[in-house]
Amino acid sequence: MKVSKSPWLMHYDGSSCNGCDIEVLACLTPVYDVERFGVMNTGNPKHADIFLITGGINAQNAPVVKQLYSQMPNPKVVVAVGVCACNGGIFKECYNILGGVDTVLPVDIYVPGCAARPEAIIDGVVRAVALLDEKKKALSQEQVSSKEA
Amino acid sequence: MSVRSVVPFGPQHPVLPEPIHLDLVLEDEKVIEAIPSIGFVHRGLEKLVEKKDFQEYVYVAERICGICSFMHGMGYCSAVENIMDVVVPPRANYLRTIWCEMSRIHSHLLWLGLLADAFGFESLFMQSWRMREKILDMFEMSTGGRVIFSVNKVGGVRKDMDKEMLREFLKVFDDIEQELKVLTKTFLEDYAVNSRLRDVGVLTKQQAHELGAVGPFMRSSGIALDNRKLGYAAYPELDFEPITSDVGDCYARCDVRIREIFQSIDLIRQAAAKIPEGELAAAVKGFPQGEHFMRVEQPRGEAIYYVKANGTKFLDRVRVRTPTFANLPGMLETLKGCQLADVPILILTIDPCISCTER
Repeated sequence: MKVSKSPWLMHYDGSSCNGCDIEVLACLTPVYDVERFGVMNTGNPKHADIFLITGGINAQNAPVVKQLYSQMPNPKVVVAVGVCACNGGIFKECYNILGGVDTVLPVDIYVPGCAARPEAIIDGVVRAVALLDEKKKALSQEQVSSKEA
Repeated sequence: MSVRSVVPFGPQHPVLPEPIHLDLVLEDEKVIEAIPSIGFVHRGLEKLVEKKDFQEYVYVAERICGICSFMHGMGYCSAVENIMDVVVPPRANYLRTIWCEMSRIHSHLLWLGLLADAFGFESLFMQSWRMREKILDMFEMSTGGRVIFSVNKVGGVRKDMDKEMLREFLKVFDDIEQELKVLTKTFLEDYAVNSRLRDVGVLTKQQAHELGAVGPFMRSSGIALDNRKLGYAAYPELDFEPITSDVGDCYARCDVRIREIFQSIDLIRQAAAKIPEGELAAAVKGFPQGEHFMRVEQPRGEAIYYVKANGTKFLDRVRVRTPTFANLPGMLETLKGCQLADVPILILTIDPCISCTER
């Protein structure tokens, strides 16, 4: 697969139990080390291409997640990491869980697991990179056609 | 005339793996007050006892926090076992102790890495996390999971470690001990680390006592209290003393946690030498009736599990008080009067676990 740029990712802990969070961090540190592919973790949404969210959505963090998403430049990809981020998981029946990330954001890639394994997260990120390239192409075509018109 | 301003810190911040929001009231660069607002990770899992029966709830209890998942599961199981008068077989107790201490090592290594990251020592962060992966590999070998294990059940444990596996693990711990000694030298003697940690955020013994601090945060202020001395699991049969320091600054907290890793390795060696043969779990019959108050020592400090049962398969109430909740007043105290640049380090030195605190 040819990647046109190094994707930077931003990670936000929705309302997860930390399990998936530390696995996301484990991806970035030795043994798994996605930084060798140019994937960098950034805390700034304005620098990020890929948005990794762990954990479900509750009333308190829904506006935070939406705001972070809106601050990211286009094109962007949202990856829901772990079963809680996919549909609420074991906490689905809790009174304060609205559901998975897709209740507030358009999710592109779902990574299953409780906790999601680093291999699965890396797989999700790799798919996100491919999708990012596609979205980029579509975006530039859109811009060209709007100029011509 | 100094200028007063309010700087929002979090919920999303590069140094925080988890969301907490602080409004920092600053006078120039000095923090006058820190006002926390929490609730970003609140799920309401204590109420799930009404929907999951007491056996199933072990899985929920484990997911209170992914870092000390084993101890959460164990704390809940021990509380229910006490209510039901179930005697856990000695081998299960020893296995629980070994897994507990492995959790402690992995949590402390994780914390050391995050601390190094907070003051910008990237390579130290990577080294700590590289060592942590060895512990996770051992967890995976013995339980099948890396962070969530599900090996606890009411009455005992589900998986066993055979002699061969224990011998392998002890070899790995020898390696970890050697590597940790090298890492300790950097953490405790490096000039840059010293200049960031020494005399920062001092919490006196008196303050620690009054604000009800727990765990390494309290022990680094000179109070020698360790819940493992209460004698749950196989701890009464092992020989150890609480590790303390009298200084109470960030350096002391780092020092105490590093020494606790060595202590945990020692405890695992003791447990591996003494582990008896036998059953893994006692039979559990009927439903619990009554209440119990269980205290365990987690990597971050004392965690309390209150369980009330009514004789049916659903419990009446489960209440968890987590160490970070007890340490927050102490943390806010140390934040007063510190420099803005020290805020991330001060927040990290209590080893905050927000998902435990808010559940």
